[in-house]
Amino acid sequence: MLREFELDMPGNLQETLARLPGGTLLAGGTNLLVDLRARREDAERLIWLGNIDGFRDIKIEDGRVIIGGGTTIGDLLRNPAMAEAAPSLVAAARVFGGQMVRNQATVAGNVCSGSPAADTVPPLLSLDAEVHLTCSTGSRTVPLNDFYTGFKTNQRKHDELVTGLSWAAPGPHTANLFYKLARRKGDAITVVGVAVTVTRDGDRCTEARIALGAVGPTVFRAKDAEAMLTGEPLADDLIDSAARKAMEESSPIDDLRASADYRRHCIHVLTRRLLKQAWEDAA
Amino acid sequence: MSLEKAITVEINGVARELSAPANETLLDCLRRHGQFEVKSGCEKGDCGACAVQIDGEAVDSCLTLAWMVEGKKVTTLEGLNDADSPHPLIAAFLEHGAVQCGYCTPGIMIAAEAMLRDIPDPTDDDIALALSGNLCRCTGYTKIFTAIKQAAEVLRAGGGDD
Ligand SMILES: Cc1cc2nc3c(=O)[nH]c(=O)nc-3n(C[C@H](O)[C@H](O)[C@H](O)COP(=O)(O)OP(=O)(O)OC[C@H]3O[C@@H](n4cnc5c(N)ncnc54)[C@H](O)[C@@H]3O)c2cc1C
Ligand code: FES
Ligand code: FES
Repeated sequence: MLREFELDMPGNLQETLARLPGGTLLAGGTNLLVDLRARREDAERLIWLGNIDGFRDIKIEDGRVIIGGGTTIGDLLRNPAMAEAAPSLVAAARVFGGQMVRNQATVAGNVCSGSPAADTVPPLLSLDAEVHLTCSTGSRTVPLNDFYTGFKTNQRKHDELVTGLSWAAPGPHTANLFYKLARRKGDAITVVGVAVTVTRDGDRCTEARIALGAVGPTVFRAKDAEAMLTGEPLADDLIDSAARKAMEESSPIDDLRASADYRRHCIHVLTRRLLKQAWEDAA
Repeated sequence: MSLEKAITVEINGVARELSAPANETLLDCLRRHGQFEVKSGCEKGDCGACAVQIDGEAVDSCLTLAWMVEGKKVTTLEGLNDADSPHPLIAAFLEHGAVQCGYCTPGIMIAAEAMLRDIPDPTDDDIALALSGNLCRCTGYTKIFTAIKQAAEVLRAGGGDD
């Protein structure tokens, strides 16, 4: 039996916001219910988000992709437009949990759980996504890049609901890739996650983003490495130096899944590999 | 005590009313109401033994609260079967010996059936993606893959219709 709690099931957004102060939001429950069972979490009142109309919808408007606060990992995989509108995110969705977890787990829940190993976050950072937050008195938008304040802490206030995330769909000369290093492809916690975006104009890189997961207290962008690439032709030696810089910007720890040294080595190798691939793909 | 309430739900095509406290998982609730084909394994989303479909989507019933299925259709392994003509998955699993202890089987069939509605002609990669949340400690999976491919063929040929 799970520990005792109250369960609110509001039927729409307004009611949800009204019930929010003092409650804990329950989306797919793939973190929260596991934590409740393990007694790591002691929420007394849960507010289920499953009855909000249209909360799982995915829209693409004027080249901007908007996913709902209730969009699941499975929803991303079933939407044929996402392969182009968010290539790295779809790559992450394909190696996320198992089928049943993918059908329950939401992207917003993944982002809010704030784990440095949360697999949707490097892709979303590489896409420069924004987080949309709403409370009963108004809404605001925070760049995902500014959202995390530390290990599992973020800018969301207690009365705010994440109503969605949005980003610009990559253009024709942009490549956007993700790789998850883990013990196996399915149902495994990430050892190192790397997402890169490269935009190319002829023989120059006009914009580069490198986001790293599971190698610091939060998922983060390796901005010094990105700066080395902007405006340059991405020759192999420059790519290698930038990948090394990304490694230097990380602060991995030793844990049961891998040593810090192994993680550092893998950032170097994977970042180099993905940048090279992205540079070719963006041509 | 967590509040208890009666929820109306359709289980395998039959309208039911189940009473459940707020903190009861769908897994515990279904078994308490006699659906013993839904198995309890890890109770934390790792093994898939408890998989059921809610409105056709496969989920882990250990990570679902009973109250969440109010007004929905729940399908368990029993709902795939039909006394007169076993579902092609069941026939294929029997034929290929894809069942040993059988503990993982209900969840695997629920996951496989959901995949086959999306992907009628799955590759090994498709099957691996669909079953990555189902653990089998006996078979080594090879026979499961073979059986699912055979069932897919039967379904594509129009077999297994009720
Ligand atoms: C077997 C298994 C495998 C897994 N595999 C992976 C994996 O491969 N990669 C990975 O990254 N994660 C994995 N996870 C972790 C988990 O599935 C994800 O973090 C998931 O995305 C969480 O989403 P949820 O909807 O289930 O969130 P919940 O558990 O419902 O909520 C998580 C947290 O987010 C908050 N929250 C949820 N929605 C909102 C919202 N709209 N606004 C504000 N706050 C909100 C909740 O209050 C809670 O604090 C796995 C979990 C399990 C059990
Ligand atoms: S019992 Fe639900 S996934 Fe293991
Ligand atoms: S047959 Fe025994 S666990 Fe799969």
